Amino acid sequence: MNHPLARRTVLIAAALGAAAGCATTAEAPTSDRARPRSGGRLRAVFAGGGTNETLDPHLSNLFVDAARAKALYDKLADSGSDLAAVPRLAAGWEPNAGLDGWTVRLRPATFHDGRPVTAEDVLYSYRRITDPNRAFRAKASLEPIDLAASRAVDQGTVEFRLKRPYAEFPNALAAFGAYIVPAGTEDFSSPVGSGPFRFVSFKPGSSLLARRNPDYWDGAPHLDELEILVANEESARAGALLGGQADYAHELNPATARAHQGRGRVEVIRLRNSAMQGFVMKTDRAPFDDPRVRQAFFLIADRQELVDGALSGAGETGNDLFGKGAQYYPSELPQRTQDLAQARALLKQAGREGLTVTLDTSPVAAGFVEAAGIFKEQAARAGVTVEIAVGNKDTYWKDILDGGVFASYRSGALPLESHFSQRLLSRSTTNATHWRRPDFDELYLQAQSTRDQAARSALYQRMQRRLHDEGGFLIWGFADWIVATAPKVRGVATDAPANTLDWARFDRIWLA
Amino acid sequence: MTRAWVARRLLLGAAQSAAVLVLVFVLTEALPGDAAVALAGDSPDPGRIALIRAAMDLDRPPVERFLDRLDALLHGDLGRSLVTGRPVSGYLADGFGVTLLLAVLTLALLVPLSLWLGLTAARREGSGLDRVISSATLAVYAAPEFALGVLLSTVLALRLGWLPPTAVGGVAADPTVLVLPVLVLLARPVCSISRLVRAGMIEALARPYVAQARRYGVPEWRVVWLHALPNALAPAAQQLARTCDWLLSGVVVVEALFVLPGLGSVLLDAVAARDVPVVQGLALVFALLTVVLNLGADLVARRFAPRTELAR
Repeated sequence: MNHPLARRTVLIAAALGAAAGCATTAEAPTSDRARPRSGGRLRAVFAGGGTNETLDPHLSNLFVDAARAKALYDKLADSGSDLAAVPRLAAGWEPNAGLDGWTVRLRPATFHDGRPVTAEDVLYSYRRITDPNRAFRAKASLEPIDLAASRAVDQGTVEFRLKRPYAEFPNALAAFGAYIVPAGTEDFSSPVGSGPFRFVSFKPGSSLLARRNPDYWDGAPHLDELEILVANEESARAGALLGGQADYAHELNPATARAHQGRGRVEVIRLRNSAMQGFVMKTDRAPFDDPRVRQAFFLIADRQELVDGALSGAGETGNDLFGKGAQYYPSELPQRTQDLAQARALLKQAGREGLTVTLDTSPVAAGFVEAAGIFKEQAARAGVTVEIAVGNKDTYWKDILDGGVFASYRSGALPLESHFSQRLLSRSTTNATHWRRPDFDELYLQAQSTRDQAARSALYQRMQRRLHDEGGFLIWGFADWIVATAPKVRGVATDAPANTLDWARFDRIWLA
Repeated sequence: MTRAWVARRLLLGAAQSAAVLVLVFVLTEALPGDAAVALAGDSPDPGRIALIRAAMDLDRPPVERFLDRLDALLHGDLGRSLVTGRPVSGYLADGFGVTLLLAVLTLALLVPLSLWLGLTAARREGSGLDRVISSATLAVYAAPEFALGVLLSTVLALRLGWLPPTAVGGVAADPTVLVLPVLVLLARPVCSISRLVRAGMIEALARPYVAQARRYGVPEWRVVWLHALPNALAPAAQQLARTCDWLLSGVVVVEALFVLPGLGSVLLDAVAARDVPVVQGLALVFALLTVVLNLGADLVARRFAPRTELAR
């Protein structure tokens, strides 16, 4: 069973949307939307989940699940290209004075069978996701909502009671997988949603066919039909596109992109800042319980060399902070660069000269093993011996959550607040750096009780400075997500990181 | 005599299938992580994993789960997928058609092609043609399916545009999508079997009974087809059965490469998801097929060359 098949790419991170505390309006994608033509069928090919695939949008796990769910369903909000929440089925939202109660107004929209989308459908969907006996992915994001105390004010208004103040509550509405289904739905064999396309047929692990919803609240799609196909091998996705069997191929290698870019046969689109790339250091375990060792490791990394080597140049360097290009990212902080002399000095101060560290990695994501190899060389120049341990890719994320001290890591685009709450608080369930600092938790809670956006932003800056100085995330880069299309495909957003609203937005795409 | 032998072989086959079942269960248990961890993926929240594990019934001891599984199997129930709860028989039915089509097409071309190549080479032993066939078959045999698949797809489909590069979109819509996968599947067995046929024929043609037949003036086609060939075929028939086993695994790579939703793809996904009932169901089907095919091959070999059996 040992062959070089990349099997399935698990979606990195439950994408949510960051937001100001009050309503914003949807922005049009910046892509070419001049005189779109109607009609035709678009065939999009993604890596998939095989015969186990389902159309239950709450079970979404992979990119292809998200693309299908997005075609058939809507969420109350979604993440814009800067990861701030953009209203979707919600027309707007308004917090109470304490930020622990939110009134969400729904826009007039209908499901594919003609029934209106109501407050009851919203409450049903959220209760299904948070059912204590089930394990839906969006459950953690919706955890702050006290659904027993939340209620439908009228058909078009939901009043959410929260368990604590939550200034970024719209992020929860945009959570990955938090789709609105008609009240009572448990059977998804012939799904009925409110999305831009209506279900026609589905073969798990193979294809979904959907037809244009002429009554879509955000304007009917240009395409008559959308077919989402599955091919797990990158070479097969590239082949299908080049051979005219598909019009849109998701997730291609940098080498494939370079070979075909500018040749006219296909259009290559690089979605910037789609995947953070780095290493996690366990801040409560030797040697990384000493901040000087963490700082030395920050200084060991030659970030450009890592981007060039591990990502084949398809990406940008990182500054040990999450969310480049997103709302609240402190771009004014100076870019950290390699300084081996300073790294050696810090290690000496810490009494860790001649340090040996095991780096856990796995072929679970493109470039992981390569980045580990490059970092090993860089560390050797600072007198640090890095021993690489290649682990099993099916269980990698669980293995590194609490095991080992130093590991390869990546994450999809996610609002800053979600990154904090999921990974950097004492109570976070996926805290891979074991960063547990009561004062840091306190700053987070304070930010969530702060209505004024500028004041909140100042708190986030303080938190990020702290992480930049001595956190456990060594973030060396941000990978582009590579999509390619046939030349006749128009209207593909070029500035939307994977998983955000305008990514895989087939209702805006048209065929010239 | 033959009946007792068949019965013995069938019993042995049943025992082998049972052993495969136990082995697969033990091996999938021994794999790091279980279905819950695999499903949780990059969101390994321990509470979530515990819930998934409970929902999949994985929190019970493995021996207990195995006995339950066995009980169901004895009642003809292959069980249900841990991940989706759909019956395993449904997974098999979904994938079987495509894989069977690939295997049948491959075998239908494999037998005449390798016989013809082997006979041609053997009858002109040492000639330029024989040398070309022998070295070409050796070279192709050395190429792994994965490499060969990428190469053929790049040249024949993407450069020359003669064939569709993948089966994306389905076999029913365009049957020519099967050409490349069948070519790749065919490549290595044609080489091994034609080389065996050639070796067997050369050996058979050198035997005294062939010389005797020629001296009696038996026509050359009769000598080749009716006297020498049956004796040369015994090793080739057994290799053919082994090829059928191989096809089942070769199919895993080829199906992934050309995006064919057959049993190989089902198996690949199930192993990655640690979906033990589906893996077991597939393993059982593969084991039964292997046993039956090998039994058939041995029967054929006995029929063609009964003398070899006496030696045992």
